[in-house]
Amino acid sequence: MTDLTLETALNRDQPTPGEPENWRRFFSFSTDHKVIGIQYIVVAFVFFLIGGFLAMVMRGELITPEADLVDRTVYNALFTMHGTIMLFMWTFPVLNGLANYLVPLQIGARDMAFPRLNAVAFWLVPIFGIILMASFLVPGGPSQSGWWAYPPVSLQNPTGNLINGQFLWILAVALSGISSIMGAVNMVTTIIRMRAPGMTFFKMPAFCWTVAAAQTIQLFGLPALTAGAVMLLFDLTVGTSFFTPETGGDPVLYQHFFWFYSHPAVYVIILPVFGVFSELFPVYARKPLFGYKFVVVSSFVITGLSAIVWVHHMYASGTPSWMRMLFMASTMLISVPTGVKIFAWVATIWGGKLKLSTPMLFALGGLVNFLFAGITGIMLASVPFDVHVNNTYFVVGHFHYVIYGAAVMGIYAAIYHWFPKMTGRMYYEGLGKLHFVLTFIGVNLNFLPMHPLGLMGMPRRVASYDPEFAFWNVLASLGGFLLGVSVLPFLLNMISSWILGEKAPANPWRAIGLEWLVASPPPHENFAEIPTVVAEPYGYGKNEPLIASQMTSTELV
Amino acid sequence: MSSVNLDQTLNTAAVAHATEHHDEGEHRMFGFIVFLLSESVIFLSFFAGYIVYKTTTPAWLPAGIDGLEVREPLINTIVLVSSSFVIYFAERFLHRENLWGFRAFWLLTMAMGSFFLYGQAVEWAGLPFGFTDGLFGGTFYLLTGFHGLHVLTGVLMQGIMLGRSFIPGNYDDGEVGVAATSLFWHFVDVIWIILFILIYVWQ
Repeated sequence: MTDLTLETALNRDQPTPGEPENWRRFFSFSTDHKVIGIQYIVVAFVFFLIGGFLAMVMRGELITPEADLVDRTVYNALFTMHGTIMLFMWTFPVLNGLANYLVPLQIGARDMAFPRLNAVAFWLVPIFGIILMASFLVPGGPSQSGWWAYPPVSLQNPTGNLINGQFLWILAVALSGISSIMGAVNMVTTIIRMRAPGMTFFKMPAFCWTVAAAQTIQLFGLPALTAGAVMLLFDLTVGTSFFTPETGGDPVLYQHFFWFYSHPAVYVIILPVFGVFSELFPVYARKPLFGYKFVVVSSFVITGLSAIVWVHHMYASGTPSWMRMLFMASTMLISVPTGVKIFAWVATIWGGKLKLSTPMLFALGGLVNFLFAGITGIMLASVPFDVHVNNTYFVVGHFHYVIYGAAVMGIYAAIYHWFPKMTGRMYYEGLGKLHFVLTFIGVNLNFLPMHPLGLMGMPRRVASYDPEFAFWNVLASLGGFLLGVSVLPFLLNMISSWILGEKAPANPWRAIGLEWLVASPPPHENFAEIPTVVAEPYGYGKNEPLIASQMTSTELV
Repeated sequence: MSSVNLDQTLNTAAVAHATEHHDEGEHRMFGFIVFLLSESVIFLSFFAGYIVYKTTTPAWLPAGIDGLEVREPLINTIVLVSSSFVIYFAERFLHRENLWGFRAFWLLTMAMGSFFLYGQAVEWAGLPFGFTDGLFGGTFYLLTGFHGLHVLTGVLMQGIMLGRSFIPGNYDDGEVGVAATSLFWHFVDVIWIILFILIYVWQ
């Protein structure tokens, strides 16, 4: 296609008063939450491709026991950058994008509370992305200390330069933190203060609840990481002794700072995905969300518990045994609110009239993977088991089931589900189903073999391994390449559908929710008149109106 | 970081409808409080780190140092804490639409904040240990420096608000900027009291 078709294709919809009225608005400092939402999602996806490419190089290295494809130091840089990119530049931004796009529409607001702050928070993402990428170009290459940057490894500076890979890593993570705090302040203010008349908290869609719960974690967790990062930066650059054991510092304290945020950070990722599941299952099963109030409140129970589980990452860090016992118990408690959600979703689907279209398939696949990840999570919470498999591939397998198997699949589900709303076009169902099949098989082929590998004792973060581990590694690598391939139908689908897809009606899924009452894509101001909400969400089969001016919900299906 | 954030918050594009102005101001204040709560966790983390270091390090004070002088910092503390009352009176004057009274007390707050910064600079210059002298030096300069940065930010914010008080009709839509600056100032004060107890009283 030529640039001209792309331009006319994107130009057609979504007039944006006072903004450049064409595709250029996506490259502008737009303050429209819908533009910013799409900006977040697209930029994040670019980083997902980069991070995925790094992962495939690693899987290429691991397909044979010898370290033959890349140098060992390059391998260290690869896993460091892969982890950092996937967390700070893919999952956080893409979920921020979804929340940005959906929350104001779902709560009946015209925009976020602070539109300019919103744009600044977004534009920091490409900036710190470029800073992190620049570490490939500095002498010595990127940081090799892993995404958690434990001292004393992260304090070694073999090249002696001030601007080194680790320095750029800390800078990028700090900027990411500033961006996330701005986003969190904005999101929490928006959800608490900008809801449409009648939308009490218990009439608010579950996605907004989970976003609020996730952003609350950012607010109390990120500052702790920032504190640790500041001290690490001073150790690295001016030679203070906070974390250097040889001058009396305490490297374990860094681990506390780091995990106090970075364990809850996985709930920042998974909570909005729980919200997506809670939104999608009722739509595609044509039933109300089972136990709506328990589902939404359990999100905040997870937020609360998330602040008191971080030491389970440090069972092997010389932690006193009373602390291990305490954190083992608190970690296992997490399974209660997550279990509440899983049972509620299953009960929602149970006996429903299921429509197995692409978003539903991704949501179901994500649910299955999450259940598996939850079971291995309980295993890892237990001290004796964790000490045994600590730093092995079992841990890698567990969190990839969470982050790819559940979170990324949930993100895909959300992108497909709201694609007609965002672009005004329908996606191709066939390509979507192909994407699902490749992704689901790829996830399980890639990450399931990591569990036996971990139980056999294969350590993580190594470029070479004993030949006895070869069989499972070959399977995992094939799964990894399959995941790489799985992105192709998705990209093809998204690009071609946005340009050539069938026009989408306002409510193609017969879904109930404020975002489905406005045109696809929504007009600049979202709502001609701010609606008054009169019912709980998910009134499927109840035949009751959602907003005051509607007669019944049948009117909108 | 805070000043940048506040400025963006305050400069957020005005909405089209005049009736929503008041709401907008309340959103900003709410957002600013959320931000301050989050910011306080950085200080709490530093405090926690300080307590862990102080209670677990065998040789806490560097060789040849037997503690910190308390007299000068105490004067500084009194000045800074009193300025919280002064800024409160400034706000009261603004409520009564006495602009000159507001400006006078506001300027006095700025002077007291600047005195604190000056006092801290003098103290730093006279200390026999540096940032890289062990955990004691590291945590001392980290905590006082990070707090000092907040005092400086507060004084700069106050300067902006003082300048804005000369714009005609500046307070027609409320006094969010002044209220937020004042809240920030109280925040900086409370942090200092905790910091003073941790560093100077608990030796």
